[in-house]
Amino acid sequence: MAELTGDTTAPRAQAGAEGAQAAPPPAMGRRVIWLALAVAVASAVYMVYGAKGSWGFILPFRGQKLAAMLLVASCLSVATILFQTITGNRILTPSLLGFDALYVMILALLVHLFGATGYIALPTGLLFALNTAMMSLLGLGLFVVLRRGARGEMMRLVLTGIIFGVFLRSATEFVQRLIDPAEFSVVTSVSYARFNTVDPVLLPLTAAVTLPVLWLAWRMRHRLDVLGLGDTVALSLGEPPRRGQSIVLVLICVLVAAATALVGPMAAFFGLIVSALAHTVTPTERHAILLPSAALTGCVVLVGGQTVLERVLALTTPIAVVIEALGGALFLALLLKRKRA
Amino acid sequence: MIRVSNVSHSIGAAPILHDISVEIPKGGITALIGPNGAGKSTLLSLIARLSSLKTGKIEVDGLQIGQVSDRELARHLAIMAQSTHVSARLRVEELVGFGRYPWHRGRPGPEDHAIVESAIARFGLGAMRHRFLDEISGGQRQRAFVAMAFAQDTDYLLLDEPLNNLDIAGARSLMRLLRQMADEDGKTIVIVLHDINYAARFADRIIALHEGRVAAMGAPHEIVTQDLLTNVFGTDAEISHQDGRPVVLV
Repeated sequence: MAELTGDTTAPRAQAGAEGAQAAPPPAMGRRVIWLALAVAVASAVYMVYGAKGSWGFILPFRGQKLAAMLLVASCLSVATILFQTITGNRILTPSLLGFDALYVMILALLVHLFGATGYIALPTGLLFALNTAMMSLLGLGLFVVLRRGARGEMMRLVLTGIIFGVFLRSATEFVQRLIDPAEFSVVTSVSYARFNTVDPVLLPLTAAVTLPVLWLAWRMRHRLDVLGLGDTVALSLGEPPRRGQSIVLVLICVLVAAATALVGPMAAFFGLIVSALAHTVTPTERHAILLPSAALTGCVVLVGGQTVLERVLALTTPIAVVIEALGGALFLALLLKRKRA
Repeated sequence: MIRVSNVSHSIGAAPILHDISVEIPKGGITALIGPNGAGKSTLLSLIARLSSLKTGKIEVDGLQIGQVSDRELARHLAIMAQSTHVSARLRVEELVGFGRYPWHRGRPGPEDHAIVESAIARFGLGAMRHRFLDEISGGQRQRAFVAMAFAQDTDYLLLDEPLNNLDIAGARSLMRLLRQMADEDGKTIVIVLHDINYAARFADRIIALHEGRVAAMGAPHEIVTQDLLTNVFGTDAEISHQDGRPVVLV
């Protein structure tokens, strides 16, 4: 042993950084509780701030919007963490899989076929069913790509998703050129997530689908920790990476598809902002902390942002638009920071 | 014992291994050597089930690869890959702690904590246990991975060219750690090495592969000969001897 310790190779990476001993990890559990409190406060403010008129109307109306926001934020945040874990990359979001692009394309096609008034007249249940069916097909396609690929299959999946998304967006653009300019404004206004028009039947339905999936993700928290270590280490520890990645991909697809079908495409950068914030508030790789931390952070961002936007600034801009703009800046910052590190 | 029977393997249309049958006895360090493309890493990855076995049969300690569950095998066999890059931002003690995962599946008990503590102490990681893996040197990182494999408490440890990217101090320190694990803990270690001199210096047995076949097998002094260098490695470097062990003069 003496021989061993005398022979340590000199540390090169951290010359001048910290002392001989870095600080032990901070207690994370308490921070998750603070996040939960923040969600409670944001929700309460959202419910009561600036309320005029009968509470009998306001509470159920706002309550439903709030529930939709909490559900969508949790789904997308958890899906982002899952996606980042199986790809081993913290600047990716599951919106790369093309679900948003598919939603907008279906929307543009419908408006083209039936006109704006025809589209608005379509029953929301039917739209929801159509969107869910198409997104399940897309999910199935992604799954086949993942299972067929040999090694490096996760990157192949991501690239396939990106290229497919580009294809869908160009196809959408083509359809949009065929649409009457007046009706085109309908497409733009509904191609961002809206919480005002959440269907009272679809909300519980979406919850019934996604809550069990969120629970499954929670059940997998320890396996996720191991999968995040990379393929070889995961296999060495008895977690075959491809099986785990396939299961997680299914969970991601259900979460993203359900959330998108319910409210429309959330900003691509939403997940990125949330995961970056969650990693800052609770700097850990343990999914037992990270999953709840991300879900709660997502709720704070969405509910807090919507409160500020809707109540304080009295703007009608969809929050997704704001997040998209801020998220772009954050994405660049993350990229530049990574390069320096 | 690791028993490889009639294993052939090809990647795409290119045949890599031709009907290999070899037995690696329990205990000690066995080094797989051979020129580039000889199939040594492929053979190791088949034993490690990193590549799926198409023809032939491999048994580790009587457990047949492909038949036994991954969970069960993880208690018998640990793997260290060529590049131990972990994208997750982990502290040294967290990494070592993961070694216990096959035993507790996410719920470590007091015994697991005790084993992790002893691994950290044994591999001299106490001073850097709270450091992140990307803040320590390559040699220290490899040491942390060996400590993790040690905490996994398997009888068998497979390593694929672990000395890549290490300087001479790091490489010697790692090989000495492995030697110690073989001698004091009775581990069976199979290691793919690029440098014949490291194999000759630290291994108990050498298996030389050439064009997908076993060219020679035995103790270093029997294996590392002028013939081997000429026929297997295709070079005419000379061999000297130091304390009975062969040294290739490069």
